[in-house]
Amino acid sequence: MARATFRIWRTSGTEGRFQDYSTEVSEGMVVLDAVHRIQAEQAPDLACRWNCKAGKCGSCSAEINGTPRLMCMTRLNELPMAEPVTVEPMRAFPPIRDLVSDVSWNFRVKPRIAKFAPRTPDAPDGTWRMAQRDIDRVQEFRKCIECFLCQDVCHVLRDHNLHEEFIGPRYLTYAAALEMHPLDTADREGALKKDFGIGYCNITKCCTKVCPERIHITDNAIIPLKERVVDRFYDPVSRLLRMFK
Amino acid sequence: MAGYTRHDYDVLVIGAGGAGLRAAIEAASAGVSVGLICKSLLGKAHTVMAEGGIAAALANVDDRDSWKVHFADTMRGGQYVNNWRMAEIHAREAPDRVRELEAWGAVFDRTTDGRILQRNFGGHRYPRLAHVGDRTGLELIRTLQDHTVHAGVTVHMECTIVDLTTEDGRVTGAFGYERERGRFMLFGARAVILATGGIGRAYRITSNSWEGTGDGHALAYRAGASLIDMEFVQFHPTGMVWPPSVQGILVTEGVRGEGGVLRNSTGERFMFGDIPDNYKKQTADNEEEGWRYTQGDKNARRPPELLTRDHVARCINRELKAGRGSPHGGVFLDISWIKERLPNAEDHIKRKLPSMYHQFKQLADIDITREAMEVGPTTHYIMGGVQVDADSQMSTIEGLFAAGECASGINGANRLGGNSLSDIVVFGKRAGEHAAQYARGHAAGQVSEPQIEAITRTALAPFDRGADAEIPYKVQQELQATMQDLVGIVRTDGEMREALGRLADYNARAERVGVTGHREYHSGWHTALDLRNLLTVSEAITRSAIERAESRGGHFRDDFPAQQSEWGKHNVKVERADDGTMKVTRIPIPPMPDELKQVIEEMK
Repeated sequence: MARATFRIWRTSGTEGRFQDYSTEVSEGMVVLDAVHRIQAEQAPDLACRWNCKAGKCGSCSAEINGTPRLMCMTRLNELPMAEPVTVEPMRAFPPIRDLVSDVSWNFRVKPRIAKFAPRTPDAPDGTWRMAQRDIDRVQEFRKCIECFLCQDVCHVLRDHNLHEEFIGPRYLTYAAALEMHPLDTADREGALKKDFGIGYCNITKCCTKVCPERIHITDNAIIPLKERVVDRFYDPVSRLLRMFK
Repeated sequence: MAGYTRHDYDVLVIGAGGAGLRAAIEAASAGVSVGLICKSLLGKAHTVMAEGGIAAALANVDDRDSWKVHFADTMRGGQYVNNWRMAEIHAREAPDRVRELEAWGAVFDRTTDGRILQRNFGGHRYPRLAHVGDRTGLELIRTLQDHTVHAGVTVHMECTIVDLTTEDGRVTGAFGYERERGRFMLFGARAVILATGGIGRAYRITSNSWEGTGDGHALAYRAGASLIDMEFVQFHPTGMVWPPSVQGILVTEGVRGEGGVLRNSTGERFMFGDIPDNYKKQTADNEEEGWRYTQGDKNARRPPELLTRDHVARCINRELKAGRGSPHGGVFLDISWIKERLPNAEDHIKRKLPSMYHQFKQLADIDITREAMEVGPTTHYIMGGVQVDADSQMSTIEGLFAAGECASGINGANRLGGNSLSDIVVFGKRAGEHAAQYARGHAAGQVSEPQIEAITRTALAPFDRGADAEIPYKVQQELQATMQDLVGIVRTDGEMREALGRLADYNARAERVGVTGHREYHSGWHTALDLRNLLTVSEAITRSAIERAESRGGHFRDDFPAQQSEWGKHNVKVERADDGTMKVTRIPIPPMPDELKQVIEEMK
């Protein structure tokens, strides 16, 4: 077995530093395996959030060699192993301990978005009819595993700290999934403009690049929402019409 | 004594997978105050891993389906030791629960006429699983989560319960710690619902996440509740076997539902060689018919790959022992062959099984549209759990309810794929409803200081022992190896008694595990506390499995390979005796009403 070095961020909240750990690595290993091995053999108090270890729950988000990724889906053979592999927590959120950051802000955002409100059922038995082609796009958004890597990489949140004014790519995608749901009747366009800060996104597509579910966040979710908001609030013709209403 | 914060609710739900969320929603809608404990972040629970679908006799794809067929399938799959009343309630109520999910925003795949699409699955006579590709669990948990955040439920994330508190045989609350800071929390409650899921982490090879440490089973047991059917552990036939670090990760049964076949190293479809008598009438005896079944031909019978999970897992085990395994110690599961039958097979596979495609591509460098996967059995689910009243889900302890995997009864000796997602919403709802009702009718109980002190002492003991003590991870790993090797798919009395001896040793060592450092997000400490629960459930599984001297469903005894009709009339019950030892008894299964017997006869 080969050995490799992992340069892991250790902190108890305030100050932090990288610490190097050398451990054995074998074929097929992912970064999370290495972190677990280090935990079991050298640093039992190393904090790391994880759950399914299969890329389905979105718990083990971190920055690996500077890129936001899931630790459980990052194979070591994709990384230059001659160099130390750096593993850091998501930096856009306050640190708690080691690789764990405080992502609670995300959970406070969701309830602010108007909930799903279906139209009256289509059939007497209380069910609806929807064509598969009409739900394909919504299903793409609903693949989201809420790993918050898109939030981590978004410069509006990461660099400009506009958490109060902007809900971030995850929740724009969530809003898009509701807005484009064939059954939904609620209206979130005003809130998207005013409260959720959709205008802050300048479509650099960083979020799309890091999405482990390969959701086309910018192209399929954010841009169409921006278009809806623009049509509604900035289109000169409809503005004129509104004035006479 | 260490400090703690106190939170009081009418109903406290421990566990925030599908069952816990559904219970919380129901209780909150009944107008009582509800606290919800998540061991992880909200929406990360093991439900998220469910792939194939949710079983409900909607009859959207085959109008011959009905609750009766679903009931009969569930009983047959469970080898008739199920709680028949639970199986009946489940089959009758599952369709409404699925429709309700749609009303709450779930987006299931559609039929051509726009209704909810249903797919074939092992042991289900008709296409019955409503699904979203192969990520149905994610759809379910997200729908429930998004509904919960508007339901007035107070959510405590990353919080673990160490023990329940009781007073005169009634539950009064729960005491635990929050992971982030390691601070203690007391939850006073008039009613408590356990919805903590499974025990997979008692085994080395498992599809379960780290949370599956049998917390609810062990909390209930220590509080004095009875557990039943603990010998019935489901080994899912298809987990990944390579690379080593992903061993055990689930490969959905949906692969076989879509036409995937199992082959051994000689290329033989070995499942055709061993079809149990009670399934012969419904199983295809040639490859052509099996293929037609997967493509929706109503006159075709299902291929033997879609026999129940216990049987398929044993057949794979037999191939491995006979030396007909794949290079990395599994058998071959091939979906790529369907390109011989379908145009655009590659796109079809990617659309129907997107997560499987990415999982193998990313973790094993395998393109499942071009080559076969290697798979082998993985510990997946426990049929056994807290003994509950079928209608109300109340345990044998007043005010303590259980729902989902940590409760027992609906599945008998073996669970059918897809019945878990329906179980959690059907019985989650019932548990929420009845717990709220109980809370309304009963004043809050008292939580005594000595009780809190005792729990706190237990929780902090690993820190007192420090670094020179036993390492919790080590004891856990050895425990997992023991259960895997000695109480696994094929069991014998001798091996299980050997396991009991080792468990006693691990119990003693668990009393000596130590950790250093602070309580903030301390994985070693968490492992030390989870270990107690793993040890309890491991002992319950082993003792129950020794007791049942026959083979049935998920429980296979090499020394008693046949099923015995006398055992078909009993469940095995485990409870804590007054002296603290584990007491095992047989309890008779109540006779089934004639209407239900008739349903089973009609469906034979």
